[in-house]
Amino acid sequence: MIRGTVIIDKDLCKGCELCIVACPQTSLALSKSINVSGYRFAELVETNCTGCVNCALVCPEVAIKVYRKAKGTKKVV
Amino acid sequence: METEELTNELELVYSKPETLKDVPFHYCPGCSHSVAHRVIMEVVQELGIQEETIGVAPVGCSVFAYHYMNVDMQQAAHGRASAVATGIKRVLPDKYVFSYQGDGDLAAIGTAETIHTVNRGENILMVFINNGIYGMTGGQMAPTSLPGQITSTSPYGRDTADVGFPLKITELVAMLPGALYVSRHAVHTPNAVRKFKKAITKSFEYQKQKRGTCFIEVVSNCPSGWKMTPVDTIKYIEEVMFPSYPLGDIKVPKDENI
Repeated sequence: MIRGTVIIDKDLCKGCELCIVACPQTSLALSKSINVSGYRFAELVETNCTGCVNCALVCPEVAIKVYRKAKGTKKVV
Repeated sequence: METEELTNELELVYSKPETLKDVPFHYCPGCSHSVAHRVIMEVVQELGIQEETIGVAPVGCSVFAYHYMNVDMQQAAHGRASAVATGIKRVLPDKYVFSYQGDGDLAAIGTAETIHTVNRGENILMVFINNGIYGMTGGQMAPTSLPGQITSTSPYGRDTADVGFPLKITELVAMLPGALYVSRHAVHTPNAVRKFKKAITKSFEYQKQKRGTCFIEVVSNCPSGWKMTPVDTIKYIEEVMFPSYPLGDIKVPKDENI
């Protein structure tokens, strides 16, 4: 079940890796390709993201949008 | 599952605040300045005071703060941001006024203005970004540089016998009766960012009560000046900066003393 996800604006990312260190699930990693500015950018590589917002809080470029499963729909049998 | 499909199903919990302009930051990768900018603007958005907030930008890396913060901004001469903020607050006493300064600005050339602004108890918020180095001009030694710290003007480390000790201006202003709330924070980890945000929210609320100056120091990093990767600066902040600049509230309003 997917609990959350992040969308990273790869052209804003400067590859500082602070989000990768802050992620408790280690779902983020640097890409192999580069963006328009020539930086390797952070991307979501796992599906275990919980939408805890830690990465977005430390992101200096405000490049991360965080989505989380709505609380009301949590208990679906 | 496709991203678009996924985001329709999930709830957006975090995105760029509307009080920040849609411009990419010019700061170096991993710089704390942009985090501090964003946190202040998030608070402005949450309190709904975008129209009533006036900021004063310093000289230094954050001289272009007015390019990013979508509130009324004024840029001050080097070190004089708190003096300019004083003037703005006295003319427009109902506005929320904050100054945003680095250590070269607030603790070096602007020491007199800083101390006298706090001593007069002006009802402004002063945000002090302390990275212990002059980042913009090429990593020279600042008054807040730590003993033994290698900078471009102290290549053998800061020699305290020659140039003295780091200036702890936050402790200094906390002693003044005009200071209402003095606190030291950091933005290197998610929890530190949360605490910093709470402190900024508190200080804007205190400003409404007109009881004195709020002074918040942010122990920040300078990957380019320190010549480290942004991830290494986290470790450096925790191991080297925190023993000299311990986090926490230094002065809180008397009715909230525990």
